[in-house]
Amino acid sequence: MIIKNKELTDEMFLPAKSRNSTEQISRPANTYWQDVWRRFRKNKAAFTGLILITLILLLAIFGPYANHYGYDEQNLSRANLPPKIPILERFPWIGFNGVDINGVDKYEESKVTGYYWFGTDNLGRDLWTRIWKGTRISLYIAFLAATIDLIIGVAYGGISAYYGGRIDNMMQRIIEVLVGIPHLIVVILLILVLQPGIISITLAMVITGWVGMARIVRGQVLKLKEHEYILASKTLGAKNTRMIWKHLIPNSMGPIIITTMFTIPTAIFTEAFLSFIGLGLQPPIASLGTLINDGYKLLRIYPHMLAFSAIIISLIMISFNLVGDGLRDALDPKMRK
Amino acid sequence: MDVKNLQVSFDTYAGEVKAVRGVSFHLNKGETLAIVGESGSGKSVTSKSLMKLIPNPPGRITSGEILFDGKNLVTLTEKQMQNIRGSDISMIFQDPMTSLNPTMTIGKQIMESIIKHQKLPKKKAKDKTIEILEMVGIPDAVKRISNYPHQFSGGMRQRVVIAMAISCNPKILIADEPTTALDVTIQSQILELLKNLQKKMETSIIFITHDLGVVANIADRVAVMYAGKIVEIGTVNEIFYNPQHPYTWGLLGAMPNVNYRGEELITIPGTPPDLLNPPTGDAFAARNQYALEIDFRLEPPMFKVSDTHYAATWLLHEKAPKVILPESLNKPGLSLSNEKSKESLMKKTDKRQKLLEIKNLKQYFRTGNKQFLKAVDGLSFDIYKGETFGLVGESGCGKSTTGRTISRIYNATDGEILYNNESIFGKKSDSESQKLNQKIQMIFQDPYSSLNPRLTVADIIAEGMDIHELYMNKKERMERVYELLETVGLNREHANRYPHEFSGGQRQRIGIARALAVNPEFIIADEPISALDVSIQAQVVNLLKRLQKEKGLTYLFIAHDLSMVKYISDRIGVMYKGRIVELAESDELYQNPLHPYTKSLLSAIPIPDPKTEHTRKRIKFDEKLSRNGEEEEPVLREVKKGHWVACSEQEYLKINNKDSEVISIYGV
Amino acid sequence: MLVTFWVIATFTFFLMQTLPGSPFNDERLSESQKERLYERYGMDEPVPLQYITYMKNIFKGDFGVSFQYDGRSVSNIIGERIGASAVLGTQSLIVGTILGIILGIIAALRHNTSIDYGAMVISVIGISVPNFVFAGLLQYWVGVRLQWLPVAFWEGFEYSILPTISLSVFVIATIARFMRTEMLDVLGQDYIVTARAKGLNGFSIIIKHSLRNAAIPIVTILGPMTVSLLTGTLVIEKIFSVPGLGEQFVKSIMTNDFPVIMGVTLFYSILFIGIVLIVDILYGIIDPRIRLSGGVK
Repeated sequence: MIIKNKELTDEMFLPAKSRNSTEQISRPANTYWQDVWRRFRKNKAAFTGLILITLILLLAIFGPYANHYGYDEQNLSRANLPPKIPILERFPWIGFNGVDINGVDKYEESKVTGYYWFGTDNLGRDLWTRIWKGTRISLYIAFLAATIDLIIGVAYGGISAYYGGRIDNMMQRIIEVLVGIPHLIVVILLILVLQPGIISITLAMVITGWVGMARIVRGQVLKLKEHEYILASKTLGAKNTRMIWKHLIPNSMGPIIITTMFTIPTAIFTEAFLSFIGLGLQPPIASLGTLINDGYKLLRIYPHMLAFSAIIISLIMISFNLVGDGLRDALDPKMRK
Repeated sequence: MDVKNLQVSFDTYAGEVKAVRGVSFHLNKGETLAIVGESGSGKSVTSKSLMKLIPNPPGRITSGEILFDGKNLVTLTEKQMQNIRGSDISMIFQDPMTSLNPTMTIGKQIMESIIKHQKLPKKKAKDKTIEILEMVGIPDAVKRISNYPHQFSGGMRQRVVIAMAISCNPKILIADEPTTALDVTIQSQILELLKNLQKKMETSIIFITHDLGVVANIADRVAVMYAGKIVEIGTVNEIFYNPQHPYTWGLLGAMPNVNYRGEELITIPGTPPDLLNPPTGDAFAARNQYALEIDFRLEPPMFKVSDTHYAATWLLHEKAPKVILPESLNKPGLSLSNEKSKESLMKKTDKRQKLLEIKNLKQYFRTGNKQFLKAVDGLSFDIYKGETFGLVGESGCGKSTTGRTISRIYNATDGEILYNNESIFGKKSDSESQKLNQKIQMIFQDPYSSLNPRLTVADIIAEGMDIHELYMNKKERMERVYELLETVGLNREHANRYPHEFSGGQRQRIGIARALAVNPEFIIADEPISALDVSIQAQVVNLLKRLQKEKGLTYLFIAHDLSMVKYISDRIGVMYKGRIVELAESDELYQNPLHPYTKSLLSAIPIPDPKTEHTRKRIKFDEKLSRNGEEEEPVLREVKKGHWVACSEQEYLKINNKDSEVISIYGV
Repeated sequence: MLVTFWVIATFTFFLMQTLPGSPFNDERLSESQKERLYERYGMDEPVPLQYITYMKNIFKGDFGVSFQYDGRSVSNIIGERIGASAVLGTQSLIVGTILGIILGIIAALRHNTSIDYGAMVISVIGISVPNFVFAGLLQYWVGVRLQWLPVAFWEGFEYSILPTISLSVFVIATIARFMRTEMLDVLGQDYIVTARAKGLNGFSIIIKHSLRNAAIPIVTILGPMTVSLLTGTLVIEKIFSVPGLGEQFVKSIMTNDFPVIMGVTLFYSILFIGIVLIVDILYGIIDPRIRLSGGVK
């Protein structure tokens, strides 16, 4: 409330010349997905997860070609060798020096000159190659199942929510019944009947898994239907295809992608679980699940057989979960301006 | 209480946002100080800071003093503040739906603060709670003390919130927009309640709002805030009848006064500044048509206009030129009865053609087995070409549903709607349907959900054109989009941006551009301005009026803000419980309301004019009483030329004092 | 609910019918002996008749007779084995839930600090790493190398510790994450601001106001959680050689002992449906908004 006594010239009191238009926007244009990516990158855990996934994918594709050992070459004279990697073998405490837990250098004992990076299994097969091939199979099953889940789930949930009314009611009844059935039980029963194989496992997972995606999609579409731009489209005369493809699905991509991110670790886990209870893939096909199962039998003597596959499966699951979490946070529009 | 140079900032990932940049005021005992401002002005942050309720991080009080009861609140510890909160100073918030803990009985919630601050034993606390509940007007307090919040209506919940706040006889009550989320009639009840409580308990009230009408009703003194500072402060009469700051002029001019009907509303162009990088000089300068050079360089200090009236504007400096105020600001409180315009309106009505006819419309929604929600229950009225028809009513009366049924988002349960003498329902060929889609368009309420966040502005606006194939090639399409953008007051550069980069007012304009893209004849505006700030509302309303003149559009304007509806409409229909209870021309309706509900509604709207507000009386509407025990359903009857009221035969006869010949009856 | 059960039962039945091979592949049995066995087990009757018999028996609680354990009724087997699994499951559930809630609350209160971050990383690991990996780790390090706790069989309380830990990791992680999300959500609500404005201190705000609101939704995930526990026991019991129902189930799968497989499946289903029912009822009781859907005055 005090008037400052400053030097105020007369010309300061002339009316101001017109300035810039008041409707400017200062920031550069950012699409929605650019914004999401920016937020995602800031989340260190999620970003780490993404890098891990990329690494594992690359190794799964190129890993088996890295060394000259085959995937199924059996050589009993080289059975049960601990892992040995050049350079790292100088550090005994890491465990890559070819020495087993009793301190015996098995390479010397069996007079082997080559390096087996992850060691060998009880039939003398190179574990490095087998593990990455196994990873390939596991990932393949997981992605296949997730994709089919997505297609069926989006279609079912989308149709149910879009048309609403009695169609929705009916489709929901069916889902309610299906939800009450424990997934793993059904999967087990199906595998019993169909005999384990890549297709049958995938099929079993899909039959129980699509329900989750359908519910999410339905929830999202129902929410979107209330948004006024949908109503606006309708008054403009938009037909159903336009509404679905231009409006509803793009705006549902978020939850769809997140759900898929979480479906994949579930699928990998299920496959490993099946192997563990004896319903997994049969030899000579190897998957992470079968490798873990095999490794388990010799846990006490040769831990390296279980260790690597266990670590890799854990890493895959952790990274997908981290990425899924990160996406969920990044897609949450907390900021409006 | 005395606040000196309060400054509050928030640390966001983008930097420091200075939400409050030096606020000073004092509060006297037993008075009500209203803090007015729009979104982003800093009023909410200020009020929360008084009780140090700003979460820290990310907010913090960077400097200033809050002197209360001999102490400086800024320096007190959290524990000491806890003793003050709820007992010496208490606060009520805006949304009664979320302000109460849903899993605790209201009795417990009220008793909590009594037990903590007044240290009463449980039994005594319970008695006191019942006493307070009765004081705030909750019937059956003894039984309802063990109810949960969801068992109360919105207005009742707000009373519970007030009960909690006054339970320990606070010296200051801070009310942060407590009536914004309530219907007009409930709002006036709550305002009355607050005034009564103040008289009884001698509490000082700080009332935060953006509604100048409410301010005129309840305040003794007023502080106007903009961009984190108080730009003008004074008694309520001084602010309304002798405002000195251009922003205050803008606010007052942007609100249509029910007693005055003018041509254009004064608008404040542009949007409030970004407080991440506050501009140098006066923050309001960029939008101020009376800005001086110095406004862009130095911040104006507070100039004294009188002992109680201060304003922070360089216009008050002795060297500043004198400014001529626009007409409307100099004559509040005068009612302009435009007899001439009324007559011309009448003549036009006879010659005009009916564009839209609604006959006995019914819209029922299923809410479970065998139960129906009768949103619209026998609605009939006509709309003439070129006019603006206003449809008003409180929440739940069915006005939105009506709009959506006309635009065929819903299919009517029963009744007929004729557009240009053709029914809009029933089997239609594709091309017929398309034509109707072009002719009837709609503008929506929520600027944040009415635009698809994934599409560019150009795609959004052009959607109608894309569907109806109204152009030859891409170039033509973009040309049209640019044209439309400029028509609604935006720039060409905005075409390839995304909705989240725009403010609420701008988004509404994009919505209007979208509706215009298909060259409609009839536009339904469903509460298009309810979600906007007052000064922005004026921009949109002016735009709509201009478009109507330029393109000869017909509007159905749905709203609950009666003053704005009256300003923009030629004729108004009042809806209550799915039916129209009164229909007349705007002036006629306001000067001569006949239906008790209309009277009650009109008496509840706060008018931004302290003199009228303080002398007005509230009229209550009791549905049962007005029926007088009559069995028959009231029907709309024309009582005077162009003025229809829902009443029974007998009432009609009473009103008219004529013989029983009825001129015409709607809906039979 | 009943529809679901009926669907499962029918599905299981028809699935069993389609399984190739018969359990009586022992060459020592002569044809006539096989015939008599078939007759005894009702496997010679036409399928629809078998179905009806099957359904009738289920209602009586008779799940048939095991192939592997000659003559013992399935229900008998289930009854014998359920003890260990029940103990294991309940222990894991209780331990997991309590620890999970505490962890979640701590993480929420120390939001955005290293404690929060750390707790969340642990949770992610907890739900990602398969429980048999944990089991393996525990067995190896704690059981073999350090020799602190027994790794197999079920002869006393200490035998249940490692299996319980393996099973409850998942529970703790899931509930911690959920609780943290709910708590953060509640703490951001308007009524918490109201409570602060009344001058209540932090402790009473947390306990009295937030906890109830945040904990109620946990009831909704108890259903799926139980399913996970259930399937978890299949693996954990096998690894730790715990004589529970899960281990039996896995054994029966390997030996194609169909009646046991079917019986246990049905049993699990009944269990699951029952839990979902209880959870629904519980939710209605705890949340006053549902309990008293009173009218608006």
